[in-house]
Amino acid sequence: MRLYFKYMSILFKSQMQYRTSFLMLCIGQFFVPFSVFAGVYFLFERFGGLPGWTFHETALGYGVVHMAFSVAECFARGFDAFPRLVVRGDFDRLLVRPRGTVVQVLGSNMEFTRFGRMLQSAVVLGIAAGGPDVGWTPAKVITLFLMIAGGVIVFCGICILRASFCFWTVQGLEVMNIFTDGGREMAQYPLDIYAKWVTRFFTFIIPFGAVSCLPLMYILDRTDGPDLMYMAMPLASLLFLAPCLLVWCIGVRHYRSTGS
Amino acid sequence: MAIFFTAIPGSHQSERGDRLSLIKLEAIGKSFKVAKRPAGFREAVKAFFSREHTIVEALRDISFTVREGEIVGYIGPNGAGKSTTVKIMCGVLVPDAGSCSIMGYTPWKDRVRYVRHIGVVFGQRSQLWWDVPVIDSFELLRDIYAIPPDAYRKNLDRLAEWLDLADLLRTPVRQLSLGQRMRCEIAASLLHEPAILFLDEPTIGLDAESKRAVRQFIRMINRERGVTVILTTHDMHDIEALADRILMIGKGMLLYDGSLSDLRNRYGTRKTIAVEYKGGADAVPPIDAPGVQCLSRSPGRAVYAFDSDRIDITDLINRLSAVGELADVEIGSPPVDELILRLYKEHRV
Repeated sequence: MRLYFKYMSILFKSQMQYRTSFLMLCIGQFFVPFSVFAGVYFLFERFGGLPGWTFHETALGYGVVHMAFSVAECFARGFDAFPRLVVRGDFDRLLVRPRGTVVQVLGSNMEFTRFGRMLQSAVVLGIAAGGPDVGWTPAKVITLFLMIAGGVIVFCGICILRASFCFWTVQGLEVMNIFTDGGREMAQYPLDIYAKWVTRFFTFIIPFGAVSCLPLMYILDRTDGPDLMYMAMPLASLLFLAPCLLVWCIGVRHYRSTGS
Repeated sequence: MAIFFTAIPGSHQSERGDRLSLIKLEAIGKSFKVAKRPAGFREAVKAFFSREHTIVEALRDISFTVREGEIVGYIGPNGAGKSTTVKIMCGVLVPDAGSCSIMGYTPWKDRVRYVRHIGVVFGQRSQLWWDVPVIDSFELLRDIYAIPPDAYRKNLDRLAEWLDLADLLRTPVRQLSLGQRMRCEIAASLLHEPAILFLDEPTIGLDAESKRAVRQFIRMINRERGVTVILTTHDMHDIEALADRILMIGKGMLLYDGSLSDLRNRYGTRKTIAVEYKGGADAVPPIDAPGVQCLSRSPGRAVYAFDSDRIDITDLINRLSAVGELADVEIGSPPVDELILRLYKEHRV
């Protein structure tokens, strides 16, 4: 973990070398999802909302998912940009260093311009949290953080999974973007507005529902079960991460025997 | 042009004979599955759906041992399997057959524990972080290898002194010249005091001055610290200046394993002699002797090729001085390149 922060510091220094470009990208990252959010706002203005969800409730879910996505994009960027690492042959370099591959790939790249996006998500979260629908308690605040953490883990898992496919195809699979970008787009709205199978897929296979929608119910006092179960739901993300890491390990072994 | 070297490579061999064998490869084999990609759009579409694979044998039955403190030049034409072997020895690749034991480790099995003891320089690829000062990269490497602070300080100071890095450490890597960068790369791979140093084309693209500095340094760490060096290169001057021993690989097989002087003795009896005569008289006639052949003649100067097995050198010089008054004589060995080319030719690679 200490090593991860060392990597972080050197990458941060690197990106600071190009200060103007860094700032511009940050601002861009702030405004792109912001415009999407503005779109959501105007839709609510026009049509009066999704069945059963107020604007502030939707915004809360939206904020959580975007926060998780931007944190994951910032710190798991190494896996996102992994195809380049393999193509350039720098993965060999990682293998001749006495450390695990996961921490080294994580440390190979980080995208600090996502700060802009994080800031934007924080603003949305702030607006949503200040809404009239939630009576905040310490337990709910903890749940909110668990949701974000769980979301980060799910996005990281998808990135790792996608990167693992590089070991077989060298080029990353664009298909997997359905699950990262697509997953984000889906999960930013309450999942129960979608068809049943979509909801199921994003709850049991890729547990976006478990990290965003279900605990959100608890925060909004709409549960009809033990609270603790809803609060702990984001931990399901760890169950998702485990097989992703396993696929990664198999991939690394495959790479070492083919040397593609 | 003839080039002279004062140090005779291979002269240390005898005193090293009883050292421990550090690297031991036995019957290593490796093949790759390569997708056939015929040219043309139609073929490309076809290949998208069903690909034909061909098995390429990259390495066949490679066995050798390297003793502690040796400098081994690993040579061969492009695609011969050099980098595959090096990757196997570094623990990056797993071979299909054979065994490899380096310092008691099997590289691909004990990767993390093993790679602490090796340093790797890929001449074409940087291991330094491009946008930050060199010293930042070094400090990150210190953390990656978990080098104790005292040892790090000491190593850094010594390497900086030997490689003359003092002024470079604060410069971002992207602003360094290639020669400067290579010096930093080599320092970077020695910070953790590896016992073995793998150098993959360390002098590629460097100017003469930088090449010399790099070679001198490699010699020095080999002598001072006993670092074993495995050097792959296409630059035969690297081999000449550094390698005690040559391993030559071609088409995945080991073709030659021995010292450079043995190689010389085998093929290198053909030498050249260039003579200059006083006064620049073009009246000096060419000499005619068995095993001697005139390569070029201009007023006051003549170059002959001769076979040192067939004619004694004193005899030759006597004959040369009999026809005119000598001003200068230069004897040259055939360049290593030529010897290697003959080896290649002999094995048809």
